[in-house]
Amino acid sequence: MGLARRLYRGEIDVDFVGKWRLWYSLSGLLLAVSLAGLLINGLNLGVEFKGGTVFTFKAPQTSVEEVRASVLEEGVHQAIVQSAGNEGGWRVTTESLPEDTRNQVQTEIAKDFNVPAGEVSIQAIGPSWGGEVSTKALWGLVAFMVAIILYLSMAFEPKMALAAIVALIHDLVITAGIYAWSGFEVTPATLLGFLTILGYSLYDAVVVFDMIKEVTAKLGHTSKMTYSMAANNALNHTLIRSLNTSLVAILPVAAILFIGTTVLGAGTLKDLSLALFVGMIVGTYSSLCVATPLLVTLKEREPKYQAIAKRLASTGGKGAKGSKSAAVAKG
Amino acid sequence: MLLALILAMGGTMLLQKAYTPKLGLDLAGGTTVTLSPVTLNNASPPEEILDRAVNIIRDRVNGTGISDAEVAKSGDNIIISIPGVGQNEAIKLVATTAELRFRQVLAAEATQVPQELATNAPSPSASPSATGASPTPSGKQSSAKPTATQSAGAPKPTTSPTGKALSSALTAPTPSASGSPQPSATPSAEGKKQESKKGQDAKSTPTASPSAQASTPPAQDPNAGINTEGIDPAVLAQYNKLNCADPKNRGQGVQDDPNKQYAACQDDGSFKYVLDVAKVVGTDIDTASAGIPQGRSEWSVQLDFKSKGAGAWGDLTTKAYNAQPPRNQVAVVLDGVVITAPNIISPIPGGRAEITGNFTQASATQLAEQLKYGALPLKFNRSSVDTVSSTLGQDQLRGGLIAGLIGLVLVVLYCLLYYRGLGIVAVLSLVVATIITYTSVVVLGHNANFRLSLPHIIGLVVSIGITADSFIVYFERIRDEMKEGRRSLRAAVEVAWVRARRTILIADAVMFIAAIVLYFLAVGGVAGFAFAMGLTTLIDIVVVFLFTKPFIALLAKMKFFAKGHPLSGLDAERMSETGTAARTTTPQEA
Repeated sequence: MGLARRLYRGEIDVDFVGKWRLWYSLSGLLLAVSLAGLLINGLNLGVEFKGGTVFTFKAPQTSVEEVRASVLEEGVHQAIVQSAGNEGGWRVTTESLPEDTRNQVQTEIAKDFNVPAGEVSIQAIGPSWGGEVSTKALWGLVAFMVAIILYLSMAFEPKMALAAIVALIHDLVITAGIYAWSGFEVTPATLLGFLTILGYSLYDAVVVFDMIKEVTAKLGHTSKMTYSMAANNALNHTLIRSLNTSLVAILPVAAILFIGTTVLGAGTLKDLSLALFVGMIVGTYSSLCVATPLLVTLKEREPKYQAIAKRLASTGGKGAKGSKSAAVAKG
Repeated sequence: MLLALILAMGGTMLLQKAYTPKLGLDLAGGTTVTLSPVTLNNASPPEEILDRAVNIIRDRVNGTGISDAEVAKSGDNIIISIPGVGQNEAIKLVATTAELRFRQVLAAEATQVPQELATNAPSPSASPSATGASPTPSGKQSSAKPTATQSAGAPKPTTSPTGKALSSALTAPTPSASGSPQPSATPSAEGKKQESKKGQDAKSTPTASPSAQASTPPAQDPNAGINTEGIDPAVLAQYNKLNCADPKNRGQGVQDDPNKQYAACQDDGSFKYVLDVAKVVGTDIDTASAGIPQGRSEWSVQLDFKSKGAGAWGDLTTKAYNAQPPRNQVAVVLDGVVITAPNIISPIPGGRAEITGNFTQASATQLAEQLKYGALPLKFNRSSVDTVSSTLGQDQLRGGLIAGLIGLVLVVLYCLLYYRGLGIVAVLSLVVATIITYTSVVVLGHNANFRLSLPHIIGLVVSIGITADSFIVYFERIRDEMKEGRRSLRAAVEVAWVRARRTILIADAVMFIAAIVLYFLAVGGVAGFAFAMGLTTLIDIVVVFLFTKPFIALLAKMKFFAKGHPLSGLDAERMSETGTAARTTTPQEA
């Protein structure tokens, strides 16, 4: 109750910037775990990226669920079941299967739906998101980052652009790490979820930086605040906004994730909302605890702010917190 | 203004009787076509040719990135999936080869038209024209001039553009209503740049040119009336055998060798031609676009040649201009069939050309897309068409929508709890944003074939959350102003707006840049998603600028808010850092 009230009135004062060691270690740990996951487990890529096997057959008297169950029985991990044509045709896309599994599935389908095994046709299908699509998406991403760095360098300054992009990569790696460890399928839908995070993470960082820029613009030679202190002030200033925004954006996603995992079980909904849910939380965290401390570290190296820090440190600063932040910057 | 926007969207929806968005492949299912490509020598295609074909087809079906169509290789086959049923025709057209050639006409002859067709009065006739369009204001009149010339030389053509498919997109000069074999209209071509200099010449040029040959009844001597000079005897023999009344001889998909002379039919069978080697081919085209040129009412396809093609096109038209009829015609040959063969009234330098005829919007766009993305290096032996259901169960869509709704309700509750009176503004703004988003998606779905897949829907739900952030930024600024400056609410609303506006604009600019870069550089689903992202960013700006801000300014004049009523979310106690904790009875912190 007390915290909520203080938050509401904007009386909160958390030392985000001063605790940079904590944040850096936490993020470093998360990044290491994520990268390990990516290296050890890899991502569970969907049929759309890797290509797969397609079974087609006719069985007028069944349902999607029955077909899916029949195929999954044989140790198949992914099965996209579609009805095809008007005469009870089915089209089941699975991951690329080895010869024997393929035959097992064929036999199983033939047995379950009472069709001759010869009429269950097997085809290999190439990735619909193969080579060209992925390559172009990747180039788009690279160009996107360059464009964002340029724009933020103009709108703010190069150091802020750098900090924002680092935070962005931080978010993406950690989200990808979650996928690697959980083994959730990475489909085109997931990829689009990643893109949403990308936009969200940037958006959040931009709002925070805008406030930092405004507050630190007032810093001069006679200023009573170091850059760290000013940035921290700005952070606390936007804290309510950051938390509110995150909550408002995460609430729908959380609802989707909840329904996706509990009510519906496996499916696109679950895969997609997990990416968003994790990405948004990490995104909020990183704009407060990664992007800003990083920016401060970069900025405190500038002679102007070093001078302020030195002067304040020699005169005893403005309380323990301030001198701690100043010391941070020097180290 | 905002109201006008919503009304315009709503009106469009009503007019088009479209109330629901078009759904993507994963939600609505669609049509799947399997094509079996072979090389021109009937061999199975090498991998890289197949990849090229896949990319060209993908560009054709999803060039805009928002139609949610998919193309995949399957062994030696290509599988195309397009959302929605009954897309067979679309897919077949997508798989046409689109080999375009520009060939000078060496000889031409009208097909003996079956009696019932000839007496079928007012037969549609158009005047195909190739124009070297230069974007000068005079271009408006120039299109009218050749018509005037024609009517002087020959009976005025009865132009009735009919909505025909691509295969019969262009109608060559056809016999007039009287049934006389005299063509009533002539294809014409003109170079607008030359118009000022050559205008006089152009007007005086006799235009009823093909009549000399066309009106000649089919004689016993097949070569009668034909200037055989320079024509390969083998091709001439083919030409004499060619019967264009038989539709089999004028189907699409024939590969003509650009380096040889060629005997071909008009796409509707009304004429047959001997054509010179192709001096300009489809690969010489830089870009192609479909549109209605200014001052006219018919669809046409505009071409821009690459520099090499532009030179060749200039040479070709110069040569034709200096030749005697019928050799003053240049035939546009698509997949082995002549789609138009306009007279060249003046040489056309400048690297631009235009193909006109009885195009519909669909057929003109289709041709432009095919030309723009290049010709398929393959032909297709057979294809099978299937209707497939959605890849995601209906439960996924329903689940997503229900969850989204629950989420939005939570957001609304939170806004009301936290911002009280201001929360109402936030909720109303969200409602407006949702309405605009929904109508945009519906209108775009029906006019630009924007298809929503599940990731799009989730993305839209999330973006509504991001839209809410704009309000939050603004509200927090207002509260800041109230705290710091102890201004009146009306002043605070304005001062806070200036500061919040900058933040919102920068943040939205970042999103918009992201969307634009991804849209133009990525393909397929990513481009479609970027499109949705850009759309919602624009909607965010529209709503905040045109709804939220004016609405708050309006509220600021109300006593309830201006006086800082506890329920307004702006009361002094909440704002003030020095405020006493006297009114702790408010239930909000719970």
